[in-house]
Amino acid sequence: MTRPTVLVFLDSPERTVEEVRPSVLELITLGRSLGRVDVVTLGAPSVAVLATLGTYGVDGVHQAVLPTSLPEDVYRVTPVLASVLATAASRLDADVLLVPSTFAGKEAAAVAAARLGAGLVVDASSLEWSAEGGPLRIAKRVFAGTWDTVSTVASDPAVVTVRANAVAAEPAAVASSPEVYALPVEAAAPTVTVVSRQLKERAAGRPALEEAAVVVAGGRGTNGDFGPVNDLADALGAAVGATRDAVFEGWFDRYIGQTGVTVAPRVYIGAGISGAPHHRGGMQASQVVVAVNNDPESPIFEISDFAVVGDLADVLPQAAEAIRAHKQGS
Amino acid sequence: MRIVVLLKYVPDITSDRRFADGRVVRDPAEGSLNELDENAVEAALQLVEAAGDGEVVAVTVAPATADIAVKKAYQMGVHRGVRVTDEALAGSDYFGTTAALAAAVRRLGEETPVDLVVTGMAALDGLGSVVPALLAEELGWPQLTLAKSVALADGTLTITREVDDAVETLAAPLPAVLSVTDSANSPRYPNFKLIMAARSKTVEEWTAADLGIEPSEVGLAGARTVTVEAAPRPPRPEVELVVDKGEGGLALADFLIRNDLV
Ligand SMILES: Cc1cc2nc3c(=O)[nH]c(=O)nc-3n(C[C@H](O)[C@H](O)[C@H](O)COP(=O)(O)OP(=O)(O)OC[C@H]3O[C@@H](n4cnc5c(N)ncnc54)[C@H](O)[C@@H]3O)c2cc1C
Ligand SMILES: Cc1cc2nc3c(=O)[nH]c(=O)nc-3n(C[C@H](O)[C@H](O)[C@H](O)COP(=O)(O)OP(=O)(O)OC[C@H]3O[C@@H](n4cnc5c(N)ncnc54)[C@H](O)[C@@H]3O)c2cc1C
Repeated sequence: MTRPTVLVFLDSPERTVEEVRPSVLELITLGRSLGRVDVVTLGAPSVAVLATLGTYGVDGVHQAVLPTSLPEDVYRVTPVLASVLATAASRLDADVLLVPSTFAGKEAAAVAAARLGAGLVVDASSLEWSAEGGPLRIAKRVFAGTWDTVSTVASDPAVVTVRANAVAAEPAAVASSPEVYALPVEAAAPTVTVVSRQLKERAAGRPALEEAAVVVAGGRGTNGDFGPVNDLADALGAAVGATRDAVFEGWFDRYIGQTGVTVAPRVYIGAGISGAPHHRGGMQASQVVVAVNNDPESPIFEISDFAVVGDLADVLPQAAEAIRAHKQGS
Repeated sequence: MRIVVLLKYVPDITSDRRFADGRVVRDPAEGSLNELDENAVEAALQLVEAAGDGEVVAVTVAPATADIAVKKAYQMGVHRGVRVTDEALAGSDYFGTTAALAAAVRRLGEETPVDLVVTGMAALDGLGSVVPALLAEELGWPQLTLAKSVALADGTLTITREVDDAVETLAAPLPAVLSVTDSANSPRYPNFKLIMAARSKTVEEWTAADLGIEPSEVGLAGARTVTVEAAPRPPRPEVELVVDKGEGGLALADFLIRNDLV
């Protein structure tokens, strides 16, 4: 079999591509284990971005050129983004299309797959070719992290969205110097109008919740004071999350769970969180689960590796202090 | 105003969910209406109420045991329910499921035009969140997905949503496909009169043939994705539990440090 072509969507919140998000670097790393990797983007990559892509061994960068009649604000509307992905996959005769598992990514991947007549797996955790020439085997974790499944996609290409932290991003053994190619994309004006679009400000100095390697989350047990949660997160360089109850109370802006953000970090630390099934659904795939709860019977302990029975207002600041001291010492 | 609301019948998330032969075990004792579709029902009912008159028709693609999900929607005030059931549909992937749902919407539209399809933000078993977008593509209608708020004026539907990194307001003309999140509204409780009425209400059953669906294009036969292995994850090792007597935080820090997690 000739070396398969893997196409990765270089997602970026802005039109111009100024950075390569960790989730995309993970996809490129995963892609290299399957074949040669090209990326498709909506905008022009900066010099720094091209250098990073070279470090990660990317062969080519395909920059979508959409009809000038199309207003820029609709580039990310699902049918348009799907046109970009489907056109790039066809043009390169890609064997695999990898897209980060965000809501927008999943929708665009799905519609692109529909147009390509391709099969789709969402939220995959790993991919490999079965025996030489065989179909792609795609693993994913389902039912709130309690089952592992493997699916095969027989279609060419296979379209797969991959969840963040599925693999550790690693530069290529041999760097490349990727060329940028223009990718003309035909797309009709969508029937949806973007009345307004505002990017949310990311908390300065903190990683994005869905991509973070360490997450500290607070629940109703914080009683509205996220100070201790933020303190521990700062000590660890972690992202902060919450439960839906805490968000509906107005204590924080983003929650983890089945209807919120799905996280699968190396470490999840839940404080004042009971561990309701809806919440578990969004964090149970975490590698290590730590809980702090003053109720010794708290259900979150059932899925924890390490837990402290105690008041989070005492435990978290003490832990933060000890971690800061450790970091200074080492 | 004529609205179709899509309901998925799913295993309860607190039940012992499992696979057998690559398929999800659908134990009738543990199946119910996908909770997030209650928000879809609520949104549809509110729109029809605001319009002053109209009809909400529930559609599910599911085995016969799914009537319990449709009855729940009846208890909330949905007027009519259709279940698309066919052995040929078992094991459908996203595209097979979408094809069946689109065929049902078209069929309803031939009777009287459909103004809007409302769905939940995700099915709590599959968690794909892709069916609404696929359905819009299949029907050739605009899609307004993951709505936090919904407003309809002069035939234009406007939603606000918070997706990934952005806060957006989107608008589109009807007919359209709308999906709503769990923050869009609070689903109403069934009222007594409707509970009584739901008992005698029946659910219409349509087959693949009724909808002109080619059996080879749906179900396992048409699936482009096949689950070949499914295994329960090994249980986590016993939790290491520390009771805080003044040093709980130090113990937590020590756990992270000794496991190289800092
Ligand atoms: C359709 C639907 C979807 C949902 N989706 C989500 C979702 O995506 N994500 C989500 O999180 N929830 C979701 N929920 C809500 C979910 O069911 C739970 O209600 C919620 O997760 C509970 O939040 P909590 O753990 O913060 O609060 P609680 O369950 O009230 O738990 C608070 C915990 O804090 C402990 N505590 C109290 N004081 C202290 C203290 N001083 N120190 C330490 N511990 C303390 C208590 O012992 C308790 O265990 C959803 C619900 C529905 C119906
Ligand atoms: C654990 C699991 C993993 C799966 N993985 C894949 C996969 O990777 N690829 C693949 O092609 N298929 C997959 N499937 C099959 C897929 O779930 C079904 O085709 C399903 O009907 C639609 O996908 P969803 O459950 O993710 O729905 P979502 O897209 O999350 O559903 C959104 C909304 O669409 C409506 N809706 C969805 N399904 C129905 C229905 N049957 N009847 C009425 N309304 C409905 C509901 O309003 C729902 O709230 C998987 C199924 C399971 C249980």
